[in-house]
Amino acid sequence: MYPAAFDYHAPKNVKEALGLLGKLKDDAKILAGGHSLIPMMKLRLAQPKHLIDLGKVPGLSGIKADGKALVIGAMTTHWEVESSSAVKSKLPVLAEVASVIGDPAVRNKGTIGGSLAHADPAADWPAAMIALGAEMVCEGPKGKRKVGVDQWFLGLMATALKEREILVQVRVPLLPAGSGAAYMKFPHPASRFAVVGACAALTLDKQGVCSKAGVGVTGAGTRAVRAKGVEAALVGKRLDAATIEAAAQKAADGVDVQADLQGSVEYKSHLCRVFAKRAITEAVRRAGA
Amino acid sequence: MATVAGERLFGKAIKRREDPRFITGRGQYVDDVKLPGMTYAAFVRSQHAHAKIRRIDASAALKHPGVVAVFTGKDMTGVNSLPCGWDLRKEKNIPGVVQDLAMVPHMPLMSDAARHVGDPVAVVIADSQAAAVDAADKVKVDWEPLPSVTATDKAARAGAPQIHTSAPGNVAFKWEIGDRSATDAAFKGAAVTVKKRILNQRLVANAMEPRACIARFDTATGELTLWVTSQNPHVHRLLMCAFVLGIPEHKVRVIAPDVGGGFGSKIFLYNEEVVCSWASRQLKRPVRWTATRREAYLTDAHGRDHVTDAELALGKDGKILGLRVKTTANLGAYLSTFAPAVPTFLYGTLLNGVYTIGAIHCEVTGVFTNTTAVDAYRGAGRPEACYVLERIVEAGARALGMDVAELRKKNFIPRFSGAYQTLVAVSYDSGDYAAAFDKLLQMLDYKKFRAEQAASRKQGRLLGIGFSTYIEACSIAPSKLVGALGAGAGLYESAKVRVHPTGGVTVYTGSHSHGQGHETTFAQLVADELQIPIEQVDIVHGDTGAIPFGMGTYGSRSASVGGTAILMSLNKIKEKGRRIAAHLLEASPNDIEYVKGQFQVKGVPSKAVPFGAVSLTAYVPHKYPDNLEPGLEETSFYDPSNFCFPFGAHACVVEVDRDTGTVKILRYVAVDDVGKVINPMIVDGMVHGGIAQGVGQALWEGAVYDEGSGQLVTGSMMDYALPKADMLPLYETDRTVTPTPVNPLGIKGAGETGTIAATPTVVNAVVDALAPLGIDHIEAMPLTSERVWKAIQAAKAKR
Repeated sequence: MYPAAFDYHAPKNVKEALGLLGKLKDDAKILAGGHSLIPMMKLRLAQPKHLIDLGKVPGLSGIKADGKALVIGAMTTHWEVESSSAVKSKLPVLAEVASVIGDPAVRNKGTIGGSLAHADPAADWPAAMIALGAEMVCEGPKGKRKVGVDQWFLGLMATALKEREILVQVRVPLLPAGSGAAYMKFPHPASRFAVVGACAALTLDKQGVCSKAGVGVTGAGTRAVRAKGVEAALVGKRLDAATIEAAAQKAADGVDVQADLQGSVEYKSHLCRVFAKRAITEAVRRAGA
Repeated sequence: MATVAGERLFGKAIKRREDPRFITGRGQYVDDVKLPGMTYAAFVRSQHAHAKIRRIDASAALKHPGVVAVFTGKDMTGVNSLPCGWDLRKEKNIPGVVQDLAMVPHMPLMSDAARHVGDPVAVVIADSQAAAVDAADKVKVDWEPLPSVTATDKAARAGAPQIHTSAPGNVAFKWEIGDRSATDAAFKGAAVTVKKRILNQRLVANAMEPRACIARFDTATGELTLWVTSQNPHVHRLLMCAFVLGIPEHKVRVIAPDVGGGFGSKIFLYNEEVVCSWASRQLKRPVRWTATRREAYLTDAHGRDHVTDAELALGKDGKILGLRVKTTANLGAYLSTFAPAVPTFLYGTLLNGVYTIGAIHCEVTGVFTNTTAVDAYRGAGRPEACYVLERIVEAGARALGMDVAELRKKNFIPRFSGAYQTLVAVSYDSGDYAAAFDKLLQMLDYKKFRAEQAASRKQGRLLGIGFSTYIEACSIAPSKLVGALGAGAGLYESAKVRVHPTGGVTVYTGSHSHGQGHETTFAQLVADELQIPIEQVDIVHGDTGAIPFGMGTYGSRSASVGGTAILMSLNKIKEKGRRIAAHLLEASPNDIEYVKGQFQVKGVPSKAVPFGAVSLTAYVPHKYPDNLEPGLEETSFYDPSNFCFPFGAHACVVEVDRDTGTVKILRYVAVDDVGKVINPMIVDGMVHGGIAQGVGQALWEGAVYDEGSGQLVTGSMMDYALPKADMLPLYETDRTVTPTPVNPLGIKGAGETGTIAATPTVVNAVVDALAPLGIDHIEAMPLTSERVWKAIQAAKAKR
């Protein structure tokens, strides 16, 4: 498990990192927590000639609330999200997602930005980002731009991040009063990645009618997707068991479900429905609590 | 842990003396050994499951900076095939042989063809690990890919790709045990018969420490020292010197220092160890290699991999009348060191279980496939036998409509000590099978559980309970007996006890600890026998330069066989001490007894000399008996008269998630009888670990090959699901104690019990949970969520 030879760069700020990225182009990879890239390099599936480590760039990690959103630095570790008091009080579902990523070692080193930029199809964060309608803040030579989560995941390990850009921040909108959110996951028994993961973020009005629904599904396909059919079947309705069941039936629609050792297309599609139902049911319970 | 002299330690749960070193990172493993001038080996391995080698071009690799040499099989002239240490041939009068074992060649580096993914074809040796690995990528092998076969039940089919010219149809051997005609008759007279296909999937051993070796050839002395991750350094030395390299054994020292687990996989002689040893002699520099985890998955001997058709014949009263078993055992691409023994004499001979059975017949076909070689993995044959028996017994009970616990009770062999002759060659030593089972039922509160289960079923919950009773043959083994069965080795154990002048004791044991805790348990034994503080006792193992010729550790043999060898040496020490003390006390040796750490005139504690004074006298023999050699050091070899047969009963309560098929273990209860126990904490640990591995096989683990390409799909810990702490329940364990009459310690062996019992226990529980849906069997393991969900869907569709 020895990677091919590479040069290591430790820029001191984003500008320097962008300069290196511009100079080294395709030969360089950004290193965040290293829990996806380094294993691929050890297996020699990835052989970048240069690593640009963001670990020594100040200001890229930390969690702030700006009134409308939680602003999470890209280099914030999963554990920092899991244990953050701001997260627990304002958007606890993020702590719930973080707490089921990998194992403690992965959570202590792996970062939210690294995960979202890597876009592993079985990562946990994408489902939550979709459900919550997050925005990715990318910085490039011409400055910063925001990309909505629905434009972010383009395919298998492919995102809207441009070649000369670095993902620097994730903005996750806070949920209004009367909301509940939950993440339910079927973990891979070996890797703990999501075979299927479903996140639901729901807002109920005072009459108990669903006014807003966000449902993201990860794991089953080549990329995480928004379960639009499920959302449409929830909004405007009182969310009793039958309504939830009917809505969840659409959870695999639009997912390009991939068969592998963990399941056939049939089984994984079924899991999408089961875990969407579980996430919605729990989100409704939390919204009412 | 400080102990008081004279305090009896046998049976005491003292903390492991080796653990402070391990848990503070101060263990010395093979990879920790650093030598001046050492070089690093990287192996070039086949990416194909089956391919001819047309040509190997190492020119680019040789030009890579830091590369010292590149060797292929053609360079290794005069080097022989890796030996298989178990013979199954009619001309050798090995019982049960139907078709002779095909002794196929297994060269350290393959030159003609590669027969599984990971087969080594060249080695690159360089000044650094990085250079070796980079250069290995530059070795160009011109392959001619061939069709491959990996599936056990397809290897011997007509038209399957031929793997070895010397094994037509890919059949390695055919073997049988038991009485065919008596079994046929039993089935004719049966009230109920059941037949099931039972698959026991392939497993990867996954020792925590990957295999590693360092070979150093000393040009000054002509000696070769090999540090290697071995469970049995003398076996490694013998096989490598006598069979493969043809170099003198006395010029080779094999050291297996701290070794991080083996589960059987470090018993065997492997290609890499031979290649590094040979290369060190060529290069006159030390050559080291440490497996990557990927290499461990591809090259450590795998376990299990049986396809079995089992049939059970029952009387109306639930008595087991007959058992018929037909097994195909996948041996992989080559014969690993003890491979032929595992699916034969370690399998067929255990099919009698703990039951009185009318008749048994078992036939086994060993097949070659384009997969990693299969050999002993924790339990080795016995888990496969227990799984078949306990699954088919449950299926029989269900077919008969009898409670699964009730049916077992009706068939237990009654309590005995001395000998119970089974229908499958072996004779059990002692047993009280009903007692262990009764204790288990009590711990479970079985009737109460069935009532709860009935209530929960009304709510739609899928709750199930599963049992297994098991027997295993361990404390391996009587040399004459295993020799008659085809073993190439004797299976005694050795121990040298050296008492130092000042009273300290060093034990040089032929057993090898790679997790078992010998430094604690053996020291407990010595401290007890010599009545000295345990701090005065050290245990040395794993170095052929220090220990007497020993057979190492596997088959739950260390305490019973290795421990008895130590006891024999201690008795000799005490006997010699008695003669020295008698001289000092001016008494007859017959009047001397050993009490509380001193030799005294019988009944006269005032006329005594302490152990330390006797040991000093032995080395400063001024006042000393005539005709007695100075020194206090004794060596013994113990060869057991029989195997020992631990047994027990396990139960498990599970709940199946109807929506996903996921199995959750709610309770796991185990009652084991391993004979007498030196250190209950260590035995508990062995039981816990064994259960974890057995549960792992039942629910998650499995080496999967892609049928088309022959690639190992589960080739890493990201894909191969090992049990993790949070996937397992808190175990409830207890013991019954039925000492063995075979050895003076009364110890049977504890290392493999959990692995043997747990797998059928869990699968039986899942089947019980699904019984209301009309399910009475699931053919394949592991019981992944999808497999269980599909069984539920199929059952629903039938209704």
